[in-house]
Amino acid sequence: MKAPRPSTLAWLALFALLAWPVFDWAVLQAVWPADLEACRAARGSGACWGVIAEKHRILLFGRYPYDAQWRPVLATVLIVAVLVAGGLRRIRHGWQVGLALALLVAAVVLMRGGAGLARVPTNQWGGLPLTLIVSLGGTLLAFPLALLLALARRSQQPFLRGLATVYIELVRGVPLISLLFMAAFLFPLLLPTHLRIDILPRVVLTIAGFAAAYLAEVIRGGLQAVPAGQFAAAQAIGLTWRQSMQFIVLPQALRVSLPALVNSFIGIFKDSSLISIVSLHELTGAMSIALGGDADWRSFYLEAYLFIALIYWIFCFGLSRCARGLEARLRH
Amino acid sequence: MVRSARQRLLAFLAQLALAALIACALAWLGQNVLDNMRERGIRAGFDFLVEPAGFDIGEGPLAFEASQPLWRAFLAGTLNTLRVGLPAMLLASALGLLIGLGRLAQHPVPRRICDALVETLRNIPLLLQLLMCYFALASLLPDASHALAPAPGVLLSQSGLFLPAWRCEDSCGWSWPRVDGFGIDGGWALTPEYMAVLIALSLYTAVFIAEIVRGGIQSVSRGQIDAARSIGLRPAQVLRHVVLPLALRAIVPPLGNQYLNLIKNSSLAVAVGYPDLVSVANTSLNQTGRAFECIVIVMAVYLSLSLLTALLVNTFNARVALRGSP
Amino acid sequence: MISRSLHTLLLLGGLLGASLTAPVAHAGKTLDTIKQRGTLQCGVSTGVAGFSLADSQGRWAGFDVDFCRAIAAAVLGDPNKVHFVPLNSQQRFAAIQSGEVDILARNTTWTLNRDGALGLSFTGVTYYDGQGFLVPKKLKVTSAKQLRNAEVCVQSGTTNEKNLAEYFRGIGVKVRPVVFEGFEASFKAFFSGRCQAYTTDISGLAGVRNKEAPNPDDYTILPEVISKEPLGPAVRRGDDEWFAIVRWVPFALIEAEELGITAANVDKIRAENKDPAFTRLLGSGEDTGKNLGLDKDWAYRAIKSVGNYGEIFARNVGPESVLKLPRGLNNLWNKGGILFAPPVR
Repeated sequence: MKAPRPSTLAWLALFALLAWPVFDWAVLQAVWPADLEACRAARGSGACWGVIAEKHRILLFGRYPYDAQWRPVLATVLIVAVLVAGGLRRIRHGWQVGLALALLVAAVVLMRGGAGLARVPTNQWGGLPLTLIVSLGGTLLAFPLALLLALARRSQQPFLRGLATVYIELVRGVPLISLLFMAAFLFPLLLPTHLRIDILPRVVLTIAGFAAAYLAEVIRGGLQAVPAGQFAAAQAIGLTWRQSMQFIVLPQALRVSLPALVNSFIGIFKDSSLISIVSLHELTGAMSIALGGDADWRSFYLEAYLFIALIYWIFCFGLSRCARGLEARLRH
Repeated sequence: MVRSARQRLLAFLAQLALAALIACALAWLGQNVLDNMRERGIRAGFDFLVEPAGFDIGEGPLAFEASQPLWRAFLAGTLNTLRVGLPAMLLASALGLLIGLGRLAQHPVPRRICDALVETLRNIPLLLQLLMCYFALASLLPDASHALAPAPGVLLSQSGLFLPAWRCEDSCGWSWPRVDGFGIDGGWALTPEYMAVLIALSLYTAVFIAEIVRGGIQSVSRGQIDAARSIGLRPAQVLRHVVLPLALRAIVPPLGNQYLNLIKNSSLAVAVGYPDLVSVANTSLNQTGRAFECIVIVMAVYLSLSLLTALLVNTFNARVALRGSP
Repeated sequence: MISRSLHTLLLLGGLLGASLTAPVAHAGKTLDTIKQRGTLQCGVSTGVAGFSLADSQGRWAGFDVDFCRAIAAAVLGDPNKVHFVPLNSQQRFAAIQSGEVDILARNTTWTLNRDGALGLSFTGVTYYDGQGFLVPKKLKVTSAKQLRNAEVCVQSGTTNEKNLAEYFRGIGVKVRPVVFEGFEASFKAFFSGRCQAYTTDISGLAGVRNKEAPNPDDYTILPEVISKEPLGPAVRRGDDEWFAIVRWVPFALIEAEELGITAANVDKIRAENKDPAFTRLLGSGEDTGKNLGLDKDWAYRAIKSVGNYGEIFARNVGPESVLKLPRGLNNLWNKGGILFAPPVR
C-alpha cells in the first residue's frame, strides 16, 4: 500500500469542497417533518424535506380523488412489478407476456374505474401512475406500428417503402411538443363532432405515433444485423415471406435490438414529462399543482424538484442498467 | 429474388389499394376539418400572417413589437430558436469533449465525478432540469436594482446578464448597461429564461456527447497510440494529433444526431417563457384561433432546420472520413 | 418464443389501447347530451383565487364555479352534478370548440375577435373587470407611468398581453413583457422578483395579492385601469337553445338580487309571495322554463343552490372574502352599478 499521490489529495479536497455544502444542506441542516415554521427558519441553510411529507400525495398522484387513492397506489405497484419482472428478464414465455399485459390493463382499469369501481375521469389522473401509463402505454401501442414501419422501410415495394420513410423522417424531424399541441388542439378538428376522444387517449396515441418512428429505426437496425443468408435459407426450405419473417428473421432481429429498444423506452419515459405542457398532471405537472396553489409551501420548490428528479432517476437508471445487462448477454 | 409476373401484379395491386386507403383516410380527415370549421365559424388560411400581431416579443435579435405583422413574429421566434440552439451546440460540444475525456482519465477522482455527472443528468428529463435551472436562477440572483457587477460593464440580476454591446443607431459606439428606471437599460441582455434554456440544453446534450466522445476514443486502436508514443510524442500531442482526428470519424455521425435532438429539444423553451418559435406559435394560436396553420408552420420550420443540420453534418462527415476507408 | 409472445403482445396491445380510449360521446344538442351524461362539463381556470380554486381534496369553489353550479341546478336539478375541467389559457378555446366542455366559465374576456373567429359565443357578462398592475410596495411606485424599463410578468395568449403592449406604446414608456404560459408560472415569477410588475385583470390581481403573495401587505395595486375586461361564460357556437340557458341563468340570479330573494328566504317567498314578478321567477306561477327547454322551477333551483348574484359575489370576491373587492360596476343598476337583467318573463 503506497501513500496517496499529492494530486489525489488535491482532487479529494476539491471534491470535499464541492460535496460538503451539499451534504450539509441536504442532510445535516435539513428539516424532515412537515413543519412550516421550522422550514422557514432553516431557509437558505438547510433543505426542507417537510414539503415532501406535506405534499407527497399530490406529488405522487395529482388530483386523483383523495379517498380512492389506494387505486393509483395499487396501479403503480402493478406497473412497477411488471417493469421489474421485465428488467430481471423473468418474462420469457408467451403466457408470461400475456400476464404482464393483463396486469397493465388491470392497472388502467383500476385508475379509470368500472367493474364495480367508481369512474374517475382522466383529467383527475396524475403523478407517477400517469407517467407510467403514458410512457408504457405509448411504447406498447407503438410497437406493432414500429414493426410494420420497419418492415415496410425495407420492403421492395417502392410505394410502401416511400410511405414508411416519409412517416419516419417526418416524425423524427419535428419536436414532440409540436405533436402534443397537435393532439391538444388539432385532433378535435380532425374528427367528426360526434366522435369526441378524451385528451389522455389523444396524447397516448400521439406518443405512440411518435415513439413508433424511433422504435422502427431501432428494429430496422436489428433487421439489418440478421445475415441475408438466414432469409434466403428460410425461403429455400419453402417458407413463405410471412413465415420466414415470423419464425426466422424477426426473432433474431428483435433479440439484437432489445437493448436499444429499452433505451428508446427510457427516452419515452423522460419525454412523457412534456405532457405537463398540455396540462396533463404527470409527475412534473403534479408538482406544479402541489406547490403552485399554496403560498406557504411554494418557496420550497427546489426540494420538490429534487424529489421528482429522484423518482425519474431511479426508473431511468434501473432501466439503463437492464439495457446494459442485455447488451452484455448479447455479446456472449 | 425471382418473382413471377403474377406476384408482381399482386404486389402492385396491394400497393394501389394501400394508396387508395390512405387517400381516403386523408380525404375523410380533411372533410372533417372543413365541416368542423364551417360549423363553428372558424376561418382558415394563412392570411392572418399579415395582420398585426398585437403582442410584443421581449427579446431576440429581431426587434419585434405588437403593431408588426404575425409572419415577422414567427421569424423572430425562429431566430430566437437559433439564438439559443447554435450557442448551445458549441457549448455542449466543448463540455461533452471535456466530460468524455474526463471519463477516460487515469485518475479515479475526476473519472468518478464525470461518471456521476453523466449518470445523473442523462437519467432526468430535460424539462425538469430546465425548470430547476430556471428556478435556481430566479431565486439565487438579486433583483435589478441590486444587480451584481462581476466585472466592469457587466451586470447580473434577475433581469438577466447584461454585457456591453457595440451599437450603431445614430452613431456607432459602445452601449453600456446601467440601472435605469426599474430595470437595466442598454448593453446586450441575456435574460434568465435564455440562460436557463442555454445551460440546461447544453448540459443535457453534453452528457450524451460525452458518451459519444468516449466511445469514439475507445474505438481508436491501441496500436495507433503506442506508435505515436514510440515516436516520442507527449500525451497531449498524442491526443491532439492522433487520437482525436481518428476518433472524429466515429464521433461525427452520432454527434449529428445529438445536434438534431438539441434543435428539437430547444422547443422546451416554451416551458420557461423564452420566446422561441414554439412559444410564439403557441401565443399566436391562442390569439388568432388558427391552430392548424400555426402548428403547420412550426413543423415546417423544424423540419427545415433538421434537414439543414443533417445536410451540414453529412457534408462535414464526408470531409473527415478517411479517403478510401470502407 | 418471441414470435408467440409477439402475437400475445399485439393482441393485448390492442386491448390496452381499447381500454385507454374513452367511450365515444354523442354530441347532438348540448342540453340532451348533458342530460344523458348526467353531469355538466364546466371549463374553469386552473386556479384563480375567488373565481375557481380546488382545495387539496379536489373540491372546487369560486365565482365562476358557482355559476356552473347554478346552471347544473337549473338543468340537472343538482348543483353538484358538475364536472370541473381546469383549463389554461392555451387550452380553453380548443376545449370548448371540441365539445370537451359544455361551458367555459373561466374569467375569459369577451372580445369581437373571440366571438367572431374562434367558434364560440359569449352569453353575457358576469363580472365587469379591467386590467391593472400589481407592484411591490418597496419600489415606491404610485403610477404605471413610472414603470420605465420595468419588466412586467404577464400570461401568454390573453387580452392582457395585448393591452400591455398597446398601453405602454400609447404613453411612450418602454417596458419589457416577460411572458409565461401558465397563470401560476406568471405570478410565481413575479413573487420571486423576476418582474417589477405583474399585470392581469384587477380581480385576478386581488386574488394573487391576497391569496398567493408571501405577505400581501408588501404589494399594492396601481390606480391605472388600462382596459375593459368584461368576463363571462361562453358556449360553443351553433346551439341556440343551450346558449339561451347559459345566458338566462345569470340573469335570473341578478333578477333575484333585485327582488331580494336569497338562498335562505327563497322557500318562504315562494310559498307566500303572490306577486307575479316573484312567482314567474320562482316557478310558482307562469312557466318561464318551457321557453328554455327546462321545467318551471329552473331559476328556483339555481337560487336555492348558490344564492342570488349578490350572495355569490359576497361569498367569493366581495369585501368580506379573501379578495376584498368592492361591488363597483358589478352592482345592480339601481345601486350605482351596471348590472341590468332583462325581464325574466
